[in-house]
Amino acid sequence: MLDWFNAHPHLVDSLIESVKAIVVLLVTVVVAAWMIWLERRLLGLWQDRYGPNRVGPFGLGQVIADMIKIFFKEDWIPPFVDKLTFIVAPAIAMGLMLLMFALVPVTPTWGVAHINVGLLVFLALAGLEVYAVMLGGWASNSKYSLLGGLRVTAQTVSYEVFMGISLMGIVMLAGSFDLRHIVEYQAANGWNIIPQFFGFCAFVTAAIAVVHRTPFDLPEAESELAAGFHTEYSGMKFGMFFVGEYVGIVLVSAITTVLFFGGWSGPGVESHAWLAFPWFAFKCLCFMSGFILLRASLPRPRYDQMMAAGWKVCLPLSLINLLGTAAVVVAGAHGA
Amino acid sequence: MPGYLPPEKRSPLQQLGDILWGVYTQLRTIVMIFSHTFRKRDVIPYPEVKPYMPPRYRGRIVLTRDPDGDERCVACNLCAVACPVGCISLQKTERPEDGRWYPEWFRINFSRCIFCGLCEEACPTTAIQLTPDYELAEYKRQSLVYEKEDLLISGTGKYPDYNFYRVAGMSIEGKPKGAAEKESAPVDIKSLLP
Repeated sequence: MLDWFNAHPHLVDSLIESVKAIVVLLVTVVVAAWMIWLERRLLGLWQDRYGPNRVGPFGLGQVIADMIKIFFKEDWIPPFVDKLTFIVAPAIAMGLMLLMFALVPVTPTWGVAHINVGLLVFLALAGLEVYAVMLGGWASNSKYSLLGGLRVTAQTVSYEVFMGISLMGIVMLAGSFDLRHIVEYQAANGWNIIPQFFGFCAFVTAAIAVVHRTPFDLPEAESELAAGFHTEYSGMKFGMFFVGEYVGIVLVSAITTVLFFGGWSGPGVESHAWLAFPWFAFKCLCFMSGFILLRASLPRPRYDQMMAAGWKVCLPLSLINLLGTAAVVVAGAHGA
Repeated sequence: MPGYLPPEKRSPLQQLGDILWGVYTQLRTIVMIFSHTFRKRDVIPYPEVKPYMPPRYRGRIVLTRDPDGDERCVACNLCAVACPVGCISLQKTERPEDGRWYPEWFRINFSRCIFCGLCEEACPTTAIQLTPDYELAEYKRQSLVYEKEDLLISGTGKYPDYNFYRVAGMSIEGKPKGAAEKESAPVDIKSLLP
């Protein structure tokens, strides 16, 4: 038995990597489901009430109860929808989000995919994510869904423009698209949040808009569009959109941590390697709570206001940030 | 706002100021909401912690007894008449040993009751009273029809010293006319003496 393993080291390696990938996948989904509980508890806290606190310790079992409920709901496909697209859309929503998580370097030894253009792949997949809601909105064949789908298309396309630009400053500083390299650069030279503060502001705004979280949840604005692009969805297909959104928050938190807050690096990681994951998880948790805080405090802007904020404020801001960083990098290169 | 101009007519500097002001107000909102982390919660976890109910709260209706332990209700039917939804019904009868009136049966349909308290106001003997108990939920509607044995309590309720037969002119066995508290002796209409 052992001989066989020794004879096929590549096979063993890929087996270990597969197991790691599955673990990361499962943890991501579980954390995303747990986010629902966290969100409801935190919203409760900030609205001076309790939130779900009955099922299990601290109400943690609420997620399980919700899951059981949503699994047993009728998986209804309305007769007027475009069936194939209708079914594919939620799969894209959740699948792409999980696929993007493969790029996140969790700790020095953990992380599914190590791609040397990881950041580009992330931006490309984030661009594809728009198809989920667009197709879902179109296939539903209802006016609310279509309006929601159109809104999300315009919103995502607008905000993705400067999401990429706002990250180029980091790429310039680190000299690489490799997410692992970016984390190692930050561990050596300090977190990117300080030199790239404006890039950070623009990126977080864009990230919220791209995963269409409140305050940028115009595609699913309840007061105007019923439930927006997922009006016609029910049961587990709705659940996939829902969990996809929460995976999106976890993902955006993880990416922000990796790009601006030094990923797994932190005090004590050099001497105690096991601290890498706690640091990463802690930073992610802070961002996840931060996104919930945004939801708790900020109202939804009007659609034209959101577009204006994107094109007239955030895009110039990220361009200025890009030029400023470039100037500093060039000056540094010439000075040295 | 004095001197207000729509955004497209404002100078670039003013527009920049608008943006900064907007960012400031948004951040201020976030900080204010975050401060609620340390605020006392507005709600109570109900079944474990009960809210304070004032003594005169209008909840479940009871029939009380006088300080001697006898039923206060004299079956006068005023509560049933006062009730706007007609959820009270009772039947008068007399106690053979002393001639006191009391209800043979007394029924309140709590699925109709609106807890207005008019029965309590109408009652001349303070027999019918509303209490701060509000937990009346039942699985069957029929269970909300309370009979006399469900309504009658052993205490005096809100008026511990009041005893109708001791102050009223109604004569019963052992308490003839004029024997009640502060009641003068009955006038002998056949006498000419002052």
